[in-house]
Amino acid sequence: MSLDLATTRRIAKLARIGLEDAELENVRQKLDGILGWVDQLSEVDVEGVPPMVGTETEALRQREDVVTDGNCRDAILSCAPEKSGPFYTVPKVVE
Amino acid sequence: MMLTGLTLTEARAGLAARKFSARELAQAHLDAIGRLNTQLNAYITVLPEQDVLAAADAADARYAKGEAGLMDGLPVGVKDLFCTKGVKTTAASKILANFVPPYESSVTARLLDAGAVFLGKTNLDEFAMGSANITSAFGSVLNPWKRKGDDAALVPGGSSGGSAAAVAAGLALAATGTDTGGSIRQPAAFCGIVGLKPTYGRCSRWGTIAFASSLDQAGPMTRSVADAGLMLEAMAGFDEKDSTSSNRPVPEFSKAVGKSVKGLRVGIPAEYRAPGMPEEIARLWEQGIAWLREAGCEVVDVSLPHTKYGLATYYIIAPAECSSNLARYDGIRFGERQDAPTLDGIYERTRAEGFGQEVRNRILMGTYVLSAGYYDAYYLKAQKVRTLIKRDFVQAFEQVDVLLTPTAPSAAFAQGENMDDPVQMYLNDIFTVPASMAGVPALSVPVGLDSRGLPLGLQIIGRHFDEETVLSVGGALEAAAGFAHKPTLHAEAGV
Repeated sequence: MSLDLATTRRIAKLARIGLEDAELENVRQKLDGILGWVDQLSEVDVEGVPPMVGTETEALRQREDVVTDGNCRDAILSCAPEKSGPFYTVPKVVE
Repeated sequence: MMLTGLTLTEARAGLAARKFSARELAQAHLDAIGRLNTQLNAYITVLPEQDVLAAADAADARYAKGEAGLMDGLPVGVKDLFCTKGVKTTAASKILANFVPPYESSVTARLLDAGAVFLGKTNLDEFAMGSANITSAFGSVLNPWKRKGDDAALVPGGSSGGSAAAVAAGLALAATGTDTGGSIRQPAAFCGIVGLKPTYGRCSRWGTIAFASSLDQAGPMTRSVADAGLMLEAMAGFDEKDSTSSNRPVPEFSKAVGKSVKGLRVGIPAEYRAPGMPEEIARLWEQGIAWLREAGCEVVDVSLPHTKYGLATYYIIAPAECSSNLARYDGIRFGERQDAPTLDGIYERTRAEGFGQEVRNRILMGTYVLSAGYYDAYYLKAQKVRTLIKRDFVQAFEQVDVLLTPTAPSAAFAQGENMDDPVQMYLNDIFTVPASMAGVPALSVPVGLDSRGLPLGLQIIGRHFDEETVLSVGGALEAAAGFAHKPTLHAEAGV
């Protein structure tokens, strides 16, 4: 199955990576090459094999549903590219 | 003996006996960094001298009081993927070029608690994605080794290439690395040092910038196998902030080195005899087998039939997890932002300009294999093949205690080689990826030089949570090989 330009554009949109048309073809070729290579997995028989999720070395733990962190607003906001008082700022999204 | 040439174990003994101070040790390393880092580009950020020396003075005070910790006063480099409180942490990406975390990763916090003195943040492939350290937004790292009679700039391997180059060249006694598909072991082999990827879950992932969460694992990069044990002991341990962290007790890993390996069963997986393996690597592997046999190990042929599918499986699962993990870089809450009139425009421009080409391609690949219509064919299929790869290891470890393989299919290559075809570059990880997929521990030990004078490593893979046997066998291999070669560029040369 070969990857077309329209699908590449859709994937870029889903990933929110703005690619110029000139870059799209280059990306399409690179991805198509990798996809062609990983197609070798189609020869593996996985009938009845369960998918491996994580590395399954530890069972997931539960903990008490209590607050363990917080009260660090200023520390968190210290990393914001743009902020106003105790808020992050972004362009207006509702017209 | 130059202070920059010591092992952790030697330096710790010297500090405890007050033969030199932690301040002298730190100063020697700062001087070496001052002389060599412009050339090697091993560090992205070097910590301010007064901060390094203040940490060293505190260590000296603890030695004076007899309260020294496991890593007390030992100057180490930290891969710039570990968040360090108040110290810029970039993941070698433009998108985090000015990110100063307000918190400390669990692994670096443990090292600080053990008394380690941080020298700086070491360079890497952007977001740890790469095998040659050529995708860093802060420039490539130079391998301190040169081919005989050839000045070509060689790659240090990747992604923990800055850490490997720094340890090899005497710009740190040891360094932290992270390994997702070989990012500790392959650069360790390329730079002639020891690198240990612990069992998945042994070291907390909290505060380490995520690439592929089911594979990422922190580990030590050192000059000796005993050092790897010592440093792992300081890095490992349960952390409730990481849901995949193991709460098993942390053994005294360094004590495993020097233990007799007599009677241990060493498996030689047939599938690792890759077609086209350079003769020198095949020969060194045979030599390794002979050394372990002489040390009293029993050598057993084993089969890991799904080995050949490891890489293709990895290059579906790792990009899938990467696309999900890197969704957080949207230019809103932290990181660099590119302006645009709409919110979607901010995301798209921020991510197009903030990520380098390799990272963008992996995000796109991951987005594709997770997207509706392709999920079952690629991602689910890869997860099932991963089960088979893990079963191969579990079954092999019913017959043997460890596996012995080469670490990488070649010695360090030159910058510019293997660059055009991503698949060619991915083949670097052919021997390291399967252990990552299975989550088992694996160690690379330098054992010899090729005909051009470049280091080669052998890999020892062990059972889940059995780093001790891996270290024992690694110690035996190290003792037999007696690797004492130094790279062309190192702190003790030409001083």
